[in-house]
Amino acid sequence: MRPAAFDYRAPATLGEALALLAAHPGAKLLAGGQSLVPVLNLRLAAPPLLVDLRRIPELARSVLEHDGALTLGAMTRHRVFERDARVRAAQPLAAAAVPHIAHVAIRNRGTIGGSLCHADPAAEWPAVTLACDAAMTIAGSAGTRTVDAADFFTGLFETAVGTGEILTAVRFPAWPARRRHGFAEVARRHGDFALVGVAAAVDLDERGAVALARIAVFGAADAPVLAQEAAQALVGRRGEGAAREAGRLARARIAPRSDHHASAEYRSELVEVLVRRALGQALGVAPAKAA
Amino acid sequence: MPVEIALTVNGVPVRAVVEPRQSLADFLREDLALTGTHLGCEHGACGACTVLVDGAAVRSCLVFAVQADGGEVVTVEGLAQGGALSPLQRAFRAHHALQCGFCTPGFLVAATALLAENPDPTADEVRAALSGQIFRCTGYVGIVEAVLAAAKAERA
Repeated sequence: MRPAAFDYRAPATLGEALALLAAHPGAKLLAGGQSLVPVLNLRLAAPPLLVDLRRIPELARSVLEHDGALTLGAMTRHRVFERDARVRAAQPLAAAAVPHIAHVAIRNRGTIGGSLCHADPAAEWPAVTLACDAAMTIAGSAGTRTVDAADFFTGLFETAVGTGEILTAVRFPAWPARRRHGFAEVARRHGDFALVGVAAAVDLDERGAVALARIAVFGAADAPVLAQEAAQALVGRRGEGAAREAGRLARARIAPRSDHHASAEYRSELVEVLVRRALGQALGVAPAKAA
Repeated sequence: MPVEIALTVNGVPVRAVVEPRQSLADFLREDLALTGTHLGCEHGACGACTVLVDGAAVRSCLVFAVQADGGEVVTVEGLAQGGALSPLQRAFRAHHALQCGFCTPGFLVAATALLAENPDPTADEVRAALSGQIFRCTGYVGIVEAVLAAAKAERA
């Protein structure tokens, strides 16, 4: 498989990269390439120019603030996150999700920003950013802007990053002391894209009941979605019954589509079961074992 | 437009002019005649084309040669030292960890990366690290045993 011919540039600064995008309509950004290269090989895209972001130091920089907030540069490789005990401890939900992304060799190349911008509906990072209420920083010729994860994923493989813009970083707010998490997904084989998955962050009150929950379901719609009703129903509750009811509510509100990987009916079943499992982990009523 | 690149491959400095669309796998096989790196699926699913770039196992079918500019590439041909098989390669032979051999270069490179990072892996860690490598002749048991045996031999 060979892509159509393209020109290649690897600028050393963000400014140069933005200038290249402005000067070459149709140019595509190359991050880790683990989704883009197959797309090019299959000739689903034939950009005239690839702008490789690998030489821009600030895009690979991560900052862990004193309060625990974590900013990950868009070019942070999955595996760099996975091998850093400090950032894993700062963001336990992401730490639980990353080992589910493909395989080691893919995680060595693939980047967090690439995953967010590719916006595959079955990808892990988009759901994690949604559950964690993370915010994306986007640079353009007019400066930078910040977009919350809830507004970032606008459709199937679509994001808020506009023409000529570059996602530079994602910022996770500090992880509260009483936040618990759960992560569960079902894939045909480990490392395949999930048929359905759930990333949940649950804040407990001082008595151990749910104060606030964010339940991101992925693989069940064009983009990851928050199961709002299920999260609402959890407030003030604890235990397995609460997790079960949330699973039922999530299933009732999310209408997956059938494709050649799984039927809509099967995906609906997975939504219910995986919401229950992820919340079971978060609420301590099930072993914290990946599904 | 072709681009000039400079990298090291198995410790040897290489300068070349490549088309940007040429994969690292094709560059190694066609331009450098290093045909030990095998191409199976050519879209990142099978792992046969795994090589090390700056010490990390990567799919050479999902990396363009231009992206390896300035880097250090190690292929299966670079695993043997001074004409002698590496302990891992010897363990593959001793534990029948290959049959037709098509996938073996990818397994050897991926396992080499694992042992460099984790010299004392558990069987589960070996399986997780090699889960992106597809073997179709028979089972994975011999491969896992070979990697564990090589780890033990290298620690001794």
